[in-house]
Amino acid sequence: MVPKLIAQRIALGILLLVAVSVLIFAGTNLLPGDVAQAILGKTATPLALENLRREMGLNDPAYVRYFHWLFGILQGDLGTALTTKLDIAASIRERLWNTLFLAFWAAIVAVPLAVILGLVAVHHHNRPVDKLISGLALASTSVPEFFIGYLLVYFFAVKFQIFPGISTVYDGMPFLDRMKAIALPCTALTLGILAHMMRMTRAAILNVMQSAYIETAELKGLTAFEVIRKHALPNALAPIINVVILNLAYLVVGVVVVEVIFVYPGMGQYLVDHVAMRDVPVVQAVGLIFAAVYIFLNVVADVASILANPRLRHPR
Amino acid sequence: MADVLLDIRNLRIEATTYPPGEQPMTITIVDNVSLTLEKGKVLGLIGESGAGKSTIGLSPMGYGRGGVRITGGEVILNGRDILKQGKNAIRKLRGHEVCYVAQSAAAAFNPAQRLMDQVVESSLKHGLTNRAEAERRAVALFRKLSLPDPENIGERYPHQVSGGQLQRVMTAMALCPEPVLIIFDEPTTALDVTTQIDVLAAIKQAIHATGVAALYITHDLAVVAQVADDIMVLRNGKMVETGTAHQIIKEPKQAYTQALVSVRHIEHEEKQPTPKPILSVKNVTAAYGNGILKVLKNVSVDIHPGQTLAVVGESGSGKSTLARVITGLLQPQQGEITFEGRKLSNRLGGRTKEDLRQLQMIYQMADVAMNPRHTVGTIIGRPLTFYFGLKGAERDRRVKELLEEIEMGKGFIDRYPAELSGGQKQRVCIARALAAKPKLIICDEVTSALDPLVANGILKLLLNLQQIEQVAYLFITHDLATVRSIADSIAVMYRGEVVRYGAKSQVLTPPFDDYTDLLLSSVPELELGWLEKATAGRKMASAGN
Repeated sequence: MVPKLIAQRIALGILLLVAVSVLIFAGTNLLPGDVAQAILGKTATPLALENLRREMGLNDPAYVRYFHWLFGILQGDLGTALTTKLDIAASIRERLWNTLFLAFWAAIVAVPLAVILGLVAVHHHNRPVDKLISGLALASTSVPEFFIGYLLVYFFAVKFQIFPGISTVYDGMPFLDRMKAIALPCTALTLGILAHMMRMTRAAILNVMQSAYIETAELKGLTAFEVIRKHALPNALAPIINVVILNLAYLVVGVVVVEVIFVYPGMGQYLVDHVAMRDVPVVQAVGLIFAAVYIFLNVVADVASILANPRLRHPR
Repeated sequence: MADVLLDIRNLRIEATTYPPGEQPMTITIVDNVSLTLEKGKVLGLIGESGAGKSTIGLSPMGYGRGGVRITGGEVILNGRDILKQGKNAIRKLRGHEVCYVAQSAAAAFNPAQRLMDQVVESSLKHGLTNRAEAERRAVALFRKLSLPDPENIGERYPHQVSGGQLQRVMTAMALCPEPVLIIFDEPTTALDVTTQIDVLAAIKQAIHATGVAALYITHDLAVVAQVADDIMVLRNGKMVETGTAHQIIKEPKQAYTQALVSVRHIEHEEKQPTPKPILSVKNVTAAYGNGILKVLKNVSVDIHPGQTLAVVGESGSGKSTLARVITGLLQPQQGEITFEGRKLSNRLGGRTKEDLRQLQMIYQMADVAMNPRHTVGTIIGRPLTFYFGLKGAERDRRVKELLEEIEMGKGFIDRYPAELSGGQKQRVCIARALAAKPKLIICDEVTSALDPLVANGILKLLLNLQQIEQVAYLFITHDLATVRSIADSIAVMYRGEVVRYGAKSQVLTPPFDDYTDLLLSSVPELELGWLEKATAGRKMASAGN
């Protein structure tokens, strides 16, 4: 039962990814303007434009270009950036690594913090500590990320000069320097996703706390924290995993603003730069990578929920 | 008094409710209750819902559900007043000296943990023994409680064992830390009657073998009579009467206790079948999930005008599915339903408004069968408008007539369901069904959620209405006492088949088939020593546990 369910989820994920690739391709082709014109500028002769179009295969029907593009991707060839003439795969590799590095450390800080704060809030349900935690978490989410980013820069980079305000990283940078460089964007991201995860953890556990087996546990003489940890948390795992992974996906694909604020050389910065320059192949490649990350993490969330359900793991 | 284990004196328990838009109100749940329990004895606490039985039962564990708190009296366990103990001392007593067995074991087990982990948890938590020893003790208890495969059943998850087995595992869980007192809170109420008898026998045997004392809470006098040495009758949080089991059953002194004891007897003269049934179910086979899960197999029954067919069976026997097929909510795979000689469409959409009017339903949970934002007048008035086009003063007049018929009085017309008691809600549902002037009403476990005395009132009302309106009933129930009181003919269902069918006197007279014998012999009787007699000579091992 479980292997079949998991296989289903994975197959669905792949199908979804193919559908998204069609959408991205179609969407970018619907954009007004002519790529050849964009490259050669307004003064180009009709002949030069026609030559370039033929050279780039722009005269082929859309589906031919789509399959051409898709097979290239399957072989690891994301194409060439129109503006810089650089290989997209090579440019992305380092930036994707940078983005994942930032997302990873933000998650390492945010997820345990959110779950622990959620547990503490449940423990103090409807008392001042709970209200304080919920209030602060909500406030940090409500404030826009760019504002938090600039606040952090103002205090920690300008006033106290603890961390750099611009997160420059480069190949071969020592680990500690790198950590110092990403400290501020990492904090901004953490504050952004903390509240959602913490509130969902709190809600999921409170929901479970209504169950009769919680009373059973209390009547066994367990302490309040043992009741939450051993009996409530394991039964609240599925919704918690889901919200955590949704936020991880956000960390990868939603960091555009934070990367721009801190001038961090990640995927978001790269995407924004090339959208401005109408560099369609780059936009397509980055869009597809973001979609793949998003779909992959959601499949992981689904599979984790299946595995967290004892009824599915241990059929009658 | 050397043997006294638990001594509760003048217990008073209160709760604060917060009605929306009003001042918080303090209500008294338990008032001036005193009891003593000697070591190794069983005291039955009996009463209807709201009598405060569970609240009293939880007091030796220092536990109050919701906003409940103990505001007066003493609860002395083994010489210590536990109300004067600190939080930590009370926590150490729970799951060690006093253990609890809940009503619904299916909900009281953590679905994410193996049974064994949960059974030994309190023994380990309180440092009573090591894991190996606790598990050995648990397996011995599983064996004592006649659980199948006692060595390995602990490896299973709660959803992998049946309800009756879970209830026994829960009893083992309570016995495992070798407590001095166990609180049984309606431990067999959620079980089928043939399962209940086995669980009851297992519990009784375990109590005797371990010498533990117990408070046994239930609303069923016949059940408590089998296990308790003494019985305390409670009503609205106050003591009514206390005595030995024999005294309470044979010589009840208080009027309320006498009513409880005699509640099961309604005399009903069986009517003879007529040549023309009003509704015939012929060879109906039905299934859920694209025909995979067969729930009705070749079922045929007749209902005669102005008479009652009782369909009796345990959970999963297909009795509610039969009602769904008759009403058209579920299309049968085969078979047909005829009403007054003409064939009814199998689909709900294929039936005329007149067909719908003739067949009405009353449900088990009156609470959720009514729109809480409608007044009683609107609830009963809707079918009047829908079927007969009645409006305004005319409709109100008819609603008031119906309210008189269900013995509630026209003053209730502006009330909301939340302002009614459980019995009154069910009466309103009956009036709503009657409003359509149907020839047949399907009653699906209509008294199961009600206290015995209230249920009795509803049954009497239904019988009266049958006489006045000449309406036929299809009465679905798992309770044989109800069947005896109301039926003219009976269909016994077991795993989707009708195993016995005929006039009441005929169905309830030996010789029986194996299943009917099992069913009839499992119904607790208000008689000391019934349990031993019943378990001694049974033809068929009860199914599924």
